[in-house]
Amino acid sequence: MAALQEKYKELIDQVNASGVTGAQISEADGVLHITGTAPSADVKNKLWDIYGKIDPNFLTGDVVMNVNVATAVAGAKVKVVTDETNLNIRKGPGTDQPIVGKAAKGEVITLVGKANEQWWLVRTNDGEEGYSYSQYLSPVE
Amino acid sequence: MLPAFVMAMALALSLPSCKSKPSDADIQTQVQTAISATPGVSADVKDGVVTLSGLVGSEEEKSAVETAVNNLKDAGVKSVVDNIEVEAPAAAPNVTAADPLTQGVADATKDFPGITATVADGIITVTGEIEQSKVKTLKSSLDALNPKKVDMSQVKVK
Repeated sequence: MAALQEKYKELIDQVNASGVTGAQISEADGVLHITGTAPSADVKNKLWDIYGKIDPNFLTGDVVMNVNVATAVAGAKVKVVTDETNLNIRKGPGTDQPIVGKAAKGEVITLVGKANEQWWLVRTNDGEEGYSYSQYLSPVE
Repeated sequence: MLPAFVMAMALALSLPSCKSKPSDADIQTQVQTAISATPGVSADVKDGVVTLSGLVGSEEEKSAVETAVNNLKDAGVKSVVDNIEVEAPAAAPNVTAADPLTQGVADATKDFPGITATVADGIITVTGEIEQSKVKTLKSSLDALNPKKVDMSQVKVK
């Protein structure tokens, strides 16, 4: 087994054991790439916890993990998981777009659709609609 | 005798200046005030005809100056010749659109003020300082852009 796969064995085992669909684990130029779709946000978070345990603060740079969450589909409820600030809702998909609304940390809003994996179209309970950065949205199970 | 003479002289001197048309110099003074709000414009007055020249940034400024001077009919302005030129808008800087990864990195790192990230050959190199609680969000945001590698070895975690 390659050294990287040995180093990240616990992470790989968890990917295989936790129902990640379409999982792909491959190595290129000294970097282990892990992609797939986790059945829930919890599973995804667990994978990141394990990754962070093996490589504290992710500083080594020998893994690129891009795992989506299966429940993040149009119509789903998503929770705002910003660090502490409000989440910007923008007119279009990009930080250069004007801000048309805000969602509070912890607020549960509706995922309307996806411009891409980074920018999701959301609607607040007040009816404000626009694009937010998906890293700050976690599907509510 | 003397006071009457002085008064007559004063009348003789004052009357013409009241009734005659304003001199070009007088008009020039008025016009100068009117155009002072718009730098880059100058005015010449000859026989009450004002010729405006210079360079302004927009068509709106040009017409605003012309209107302001036209409104000085009472001050003796007969007509206005508007030779003001409008500066061509600066050509849009010829930047090639950022590639998707570079754009994605800019979006992903926006909320991390102490962090700088550059992209070269599909590899994201991150430098700067970040709180420990935010490292995971940063890394997962960058990994989600499907780079070849995310090099955070130079990042200082506080």
